[in-house]
Amino acid sequence: MNALTVLASSGGEEFQAPGPELFNFRPLFDGGPAWLTKPTVFAVFGALVVCVFCWSAFAKPKLVPRGIQNIGEMGYVFVRDQIGKPFLGRDTERWMPLLMSLFFLIWVWNIFAVIPVIQFPIASHIAFPIVLAVAVYFIKVYLGIKNQGPVKYFTNLIPKGLPKPIYILLVPIEYLSTFILAPFTHAVRLFANMFAGHMILAFFSLVGFWFLFEKPTALGFGVGIIGVVMTILMTAFEMFIQFLQAFLFTMLAAMYINSGLHADH
Amino acid sequence: MITAASVLAAEENNPLIPHPYELIVGIFSFAVVLLVVGRILVPRIQQTLNERTDAIEGGLKRAETVQEEAKEALERYQAQLKAGQLEASKLRKKAEDQGAAIIAEMREQAQAEARRIVEAAQAQIEAERQQALASLRSEIGTLSVELAGRVVGESLEDSARQSRVVDRFLEELEGRARSQEQITS
Repeated sequence: MNALTVLASSGGEEFQAPGPELFNFRPLFDGGPAWLTKPTVFAVFGALVVCVFCWSAFAKPKLVPRGIQNIGEMGYVFVRDQIGKPFLGRDTERWMPLLMSLFFLIWVWNIFAVIPVIQFPIASHIAFPIVLAVAVYFIKVYLGIKNQGPVKYFTNLIPKGLPKPIYILLVPIEYLSTFILAPFTHAVRLFANMFAGHMILAFFSLVGFWFLFEKPTALGFGVGIIGVVMTILMTAFEMFIQFLQAFLFTMLAAMYINSGLHADH
Repeated sequence: MITAASVLAAEENNPLIPHPYELIVGIFSFAVVLLVVGRILVPRIQQTLNERTDAIEGGLKRAETVQEEAKEALERYQAQLKAGQLEASKLRKKAEDQGAAIIAEMREQAQAEARRIVEAAQAQIEAERQQALASLRSEIGTLSVELAGRVVGESLEDSARQSRVVDRFLEELEGRARSQEQITS
């Protein structure tokens, strides 16, 4: 679909690599409201998928798990033991609702990049990572002020016992990284990975489509084959990245929450 | 051809600038997931997992206690068995000892009794002998005198007469002895 729209817009005789226009969407139908676009619809759809899956797994949990509860528990235990425990320790159970929601929502949104027909990673529109990162950021600062005190939280961030001149450098860097760079990179890391991944997939699939169907030539045939093979390989790689980024985002959230709960230094 | 409109459009589509409506949709989606998954479903599975841990730990603990009890009971029974065996062997030994003692005592008693009987018999025999001797001594005297008187009185004419006298005397003696026996018995 994307290849077709891009081809239509390029309209020329030369191959043109897809650009950021891949991420522009018009309303679903002519005259529809501007907010009713593919990303928003599938963002909500993704949330519903997560809710339905978790509902079917956890609505009536049994002591001896059966069927889909097994899969759900695998997900729960993974998030708890691989993401929660290493950072939150004894506080893990209390923060599992947030971590589970983050991990599964992001993962499902990411998986949409390789689901036929949808084929769009929701998190490649930066608004969605921003919402999640800002939520985690507020929780982090709130917990820090609540658990360590309104002044102590900010002084605890600075390690003690260093030579005085170092603080001239250290204090601004520490505050900058904790309160500005951390939430920014938290959101942008997810966004950029999904954005780039989508571009790569679109590029290789367009190469294949262009050289095998649109302008098939003897010379371009090999290039087209490479494009198709690379599309398949990169799809597999993207699936790994999708999982990894969901894992990373949730892991960082756990780390930030822990930095609010307990002083690092 | 760069127009203000195209620049604006390009700026509008800057991938680093979030669309406000997408922010709202994102907040909405995240809130729904937090509410349904975080608020309702995760506590359920947490409770179930805790219950499962309890059940498994409880089961293991129960099995452990039962095993311990069984082991204790076995030890107790073995101790009891050992005590019983010891008691039994002690009793057997005691019984054997007692039996031997009883046998020895009985033998001794029997021997004593036998000795007593023998002694009594001997004493009685001796007494009877003494009595017999005494009576014999007293009777022999008179009998001899009587016999001598008769012998002398009848004058020993011939041997036939002599033997007749002796025979008669002996018969008398026998009759006396028989009457004496009848009296004594």
